[in-house]
Amino acid sequence: MQFSESFFPHRFGIATRDLENYLAEALSQGGAYADLYFEYLSTSSISIDESIVKSASQGVSLGVGVRVIAGERTGYAYSDDLSPEKIRKAARVAAHIAKGPATVEKISLNGSGRRNLYPVLTAPTETAFSDRVELVKRADRAARAYDSRIFQAQASYADNLRQVLVATSEGVLSWDRQPMTRLNVAALARENGGTPQRGHAGGGGRVDLSFFLNEKTPEHFAAQAAREAIVMLEAVDAPAGEMTVVLGPGWPGILLHEAVGHGLEADFNRKGVSAFSGRIGQQVASPLCTVIDDGTIANRRGSLNVDDEGHPTGRNVLIENGILRGYLQDKLSSRLTGATETGSGRRESYAHIPMPRMTNTFMLAGESDPEEIIRSVPKGLYCPDFGGGQVDITSGNFVFSAAESYLIEGGRVTRPVRNVTLIGNGPEALKYVSMVGNDLRLDEGIGVCGKEGQSVPVGVGIPTIKIDRMTVGGTA
Amino acid sequence: MSDYADSYVGMAAGIVDQALAAGATDAECTISEGEEFSANVRLREVETLKEAGSRAAGLRILRGRHTGSAYTSDLSVEGIRHMVRSAIELAEITTEDPHAGLPDAADLGSIPGDLGMYCGDVEDLATDLKIDMARRAEDAALRADPRITNSEGASFDTHLGQHAFANSRGFAGGYRASYCSLSTVPVAREGESMERDYWFTTARGFAGLENPEDVGRIAAQRAVRRLGARKMETQKVPVVFEPRTARSLLDNIFDAVHGGAIYRNESFLAGTLGERVASEKLTVIDDGTIPGLFGTSPFDDEGVPTRRTVVIENGVLKSYLLNTYTARKLGLRTTGNASRGLAGNAGVGNGNLYIQKGGDPPERLIAGIREGFYVTELIGFGVNIVTGDYSRGAVGLWIRNGELAFPVAEVTIAGTLQAMLMNLEAVGTDLEFRGSMAAPTLVVSEMTVGGR
Repeated sequence: MQFSESFFPHRFGIATRDLENYLAEALSQGGAYADLYFEYLSTSSISIDESIVKSASQGVSLGVGVRVIAGERTGYAYSDDLSPEKIRKAARVAAHIAKGPATVEKISLNGSGRRNLYPVLTAPTETAFSDRVELVKRADRAARAYDSRIFQAQASYADNLRQVLVATSEGVLSWDRQPMTRLNVAALARENGGTPQRGHAGGGGRVDLSFFLNEKTPEHFAAQAAREAIVMLEAVDAPAGEMTVVLGPGWPGILLHEAVGHGLEADFNRKGVSAFSGRIGQQVASPLCTVIDDGTIANRRGSLNVDDEGHPTGRNVLIENGILRGYLQDKLSSRLTGATETGSGRRESYAHIPMPRMTNTFMLAGESDPEEIIRSVPKGLYCPDFGGGQVDITSGNFVFSAAESYLIEGGRVTRPVRNVTLIGNGPEALKYVSMVGNDLRLDEGIGVCGKEGQSVPVGVGIPTIKIDRMTVGGTA
Repeated sequence: MSDYADSYVGMAAGIVDQALAAGATDAECTISEGEEFSANVRLREVETLKEAGSRAAGLRILRGRHTGSAYTSDLSVEGIRHMVRSAIELAEITTEDPHAGLPDAADLGSIPGDLGMYCGDVEDLATDLKIDMARRAEDAALRADPRITNSEGASFDTHLGQHAFANSRGFAGGYRASYCSLSTVPVAREGESMERDYWFTTARGFAGLENPEDVGRIAAQRAVRRLGARKMETQKVPVVFEPRTARSLLDNIFDAVHGGAIYRNESFLAGTLGERVASEKLTVIDDGTIPGLFGTSPFDDEGVPTRRTVVIENGVLKSYLLNTYTARKLGLRTTGNASRGLAGNAGVGNGNLYIQKGGDPPERLIAGIREGFYVTELIGFGVNIVTGDYSRGAVGLWIRNGELAFPVAEVTIAGTLQAMLMNLEAVGTDLEFRGSMAAPTLVVSEMTVGGR
C-alpha cells in the first residue's frame, strides 16, 4: 500500500509535505530529533450480567502527539484536533524543550516496506454488533450450564481498531492498522449456602471474529471460568514460607514479565536504577532458562508490525541459557547509550510519551515431561493459573498471585488451596529453576501491562517449570 | 472561564435534546475537558516537559428499559451526530433490564456553595517555577543522606479540568476542578543493597502544597531506611499499617461495600448490613462534601448530590455505597456514589472515604508491640473480595521491643479481610488526606508473615 492510500492521508488529507513541515516546526528551537504519532482509535464493548446484556458502547478518540528530543530532554505536546493550526501549535509547545537555532536542516520522509502480522480483513470493530453480542450470550449460557453450583456469570467483550501513523525527523514514515479483541468470563460458584468462589478466564488477540467461532469459543472460556470457581469450592488454607513451586504452562509466564522483563527495560538500566543494571553477560538464571521477548508472533495480543515509534518489532533474546543478553530499547535510550533499537518503544495513546516495554515475553521449552516434573516434587505447590503481578525494579522484589493452585504431596497434585501470592527477587528467583518442561504454551491473550500510568496489551508464555525455592504467602 | 464551563453544560443539554429527538426516551450526557502539564527533573536537569489539553463527550441513552452508550473526542456537529446515532443503535442489542433508568427526579440535585475544588493559582504558574519546584524536591532528597546515590527524578504536575453533565429529567450542572502535585523518587545504595521510595504532596491549589524540601527529605529517609532489608522467618505477629498502606485497606473495604459486588453476591460483606463486621475501633465514612478535598464534588456522575454516608460505625456495617442502579437492585436508595467514565453505565465511586482517627499517636502504638511488622509498602493484587482471602507482598520495618528495629523485604502478609477487620486492635491519630481515601495508622493483632 502506498502512503497516499493509507488511513490518515485518505481520511484527513494529510500529505508527506505537511508532516515534514510539522517536524521542521518541532525542531525549530534546536531539537535533535522529533516525531509525530497520529492515532485514530475506535472501540466497542458489550457486557452481560445476570443474563441481561446491560451495557453496550462504542466510541472514537483521535489525536496527535508531538515529541522533541534534545540531549536527554524530551518535550511533548498533543492535540485532539488534527487541524494544521493545532498540530503546529503542539509542535511549537514541544519545541520549547530545546533552546537555540534549528540544527536539523532537511527532513525527507520515506514510507518503508511493510509486513503484516495481523492480516485481518474485517476487524471485529467493523462487524455487525449482532454477531458480537452473541459471544457474551453464549459465554453466559455456557458458564451457567457448566455445573448447578454456578449461580452467577458475567461476560464482557471488547474490541478496538487503532489506526496509527508515525513520522520521524530521521525520515521514517510508517503506518499501521492494529485490530484487537478480547472476551472475558467470570463465574461464581456456591455450595449449600457456603462462601462463594470466583473463577475467571479470557482471551483474544489481533484476530478477526472467526477466532471465537473456530479457535477459542465463548464456551471454552466459560468452561474454564466455571471449572476454576468449582475447584476453589474445595480450597484449603495455602501454605506459608519457602517451598518448591511448579508453574503450569501459559499464563504463569507472568513470572518472567515481573521477575525479569520490567527490570530489563532500557530506561531503568540507562539510569542505573534497576536490580539488573550493569549485569549484561552475568548469570541471572539457571542454564535451563532462555527468555525471549518477541513482538513478531502472528495475531498475538502483544505483537506489533512497528512499535509506537515507527520501528519494526523484533525477536529479542533477554536471557540465553541463564546469561543476561540484552535490554529492551526505545528511541531515547538507544540514542543516549548507542544501543541498537529493539522495537520496544510503546505508548498507551497519542497523549503519552513512549518508553521501553515488553511485547510477548516467554521462556523456551526444555526437555522435561511435565508429569515427570510433578512426580519429582515430594512437597510443594502447583500453580496453573494466576491473577496479576507487580515488581519493584530497584530492589528486584516481585510478586504474582495464584488464582488457582494446588498442593503437591508425594509427587501428586492433591488439594486446591486458597488464593495466594508468591514473592521472589528478580535476579535470584530464576537461578532456582531446576526443570523446564517440553510444553511451552503462550497465554490466551488477556495481558495488560501497566508502567508509570500507561497500560499496553502484552502476552506471556512459559512451559511447565520447577522452581526449587520460592516464598509462598499463605497462612498455614 | 466560568462562562466557558457554562457553555459545556449548555452543550451537554443540547446533546440530550438531540438524543431525545432521535428516539431516546431518556438520555444523559457528560462532557469533560482538561489541561495537563508535567515537568520531570532528574539529577537536577529537566528530563521531560509535557503540556496539552483535550476534551470529549459521552452519551448514555435509554429506549424504554434498553440502554446504549457512545463517546467521542470529536465535538464537531458531525462528530456529535455520529455519537447520538451510535448510542441509539446500541440500544437495539442490549436486553430489557427492569432496573435500568435515570435517577428519580427527587434524587437529582447539586450542593450549593463553593466546595473549594478550583484554585485559580494553578492557572498562572510559570514553567520555570514548576521546574524549580521539582528540582528543589529532588535536590533536597539527593542532599539528605550520602547513601542517596541516584534518583528516578522528581515531577511537578498540574491539571485543570471542567466537567459538565445533563440529563433528560431536567438536571444540568457543571464544575471546574484543579489539582497539583509534587513527588520525588530517590534511590539509596549501600553495598549490594539498592532501594527506592517516594514521597509527595498534593493539593487543589499551588498554595496548598507542602514545602518541596520536606518532600525530598522524607522521600530520602524512606528510601534509606529500607537499605539492607532482611527476609524474616515465617511467623504470626501483630501487623502495623502506616497511613500509606492503611489506605490500601480502604480500597479493599470500598470494593467490598460497592453496590455492584453486593447485589451480585461477590463480596464477603454481602448480606451483612446491620451486622458487626469489624472491631468496634473501626468507623469508616464516605463524605463527598468536604470543601477542598480530592473526593469532593457537588453532584455525582448521575446528577445526584453527594453526601456524608457512614459506612461502618464502631464495627457495625451501616451502609453500602450505591448508585441508582445498584440501589434499585437492592431495594435501597442511591447514596450519591455514581461514577462513570464517558462510555457505559455508571459504576460506583467513592467521595472522600476515610477511617475515623483513633486516640493513640503512632509512636505509642509501636511502643506497645514486642515483636511485630510495620508495613510501609504493599505490592501485588492478592486480595479476593469474594472470599476475603488476603495475601500480598510487603516491605517495612521489624518492630522489636517497641521500636522500629531493622528493614524487612521479600515477605508476604496473609490472612482474611474478615479477620483483619475484626482484629483491628488500635487506630492512630495521624489521619491526613493525600487523596480521596485516607486512613491513620492501624494495628491488626495477628497476621501470617511469610518468609524463610
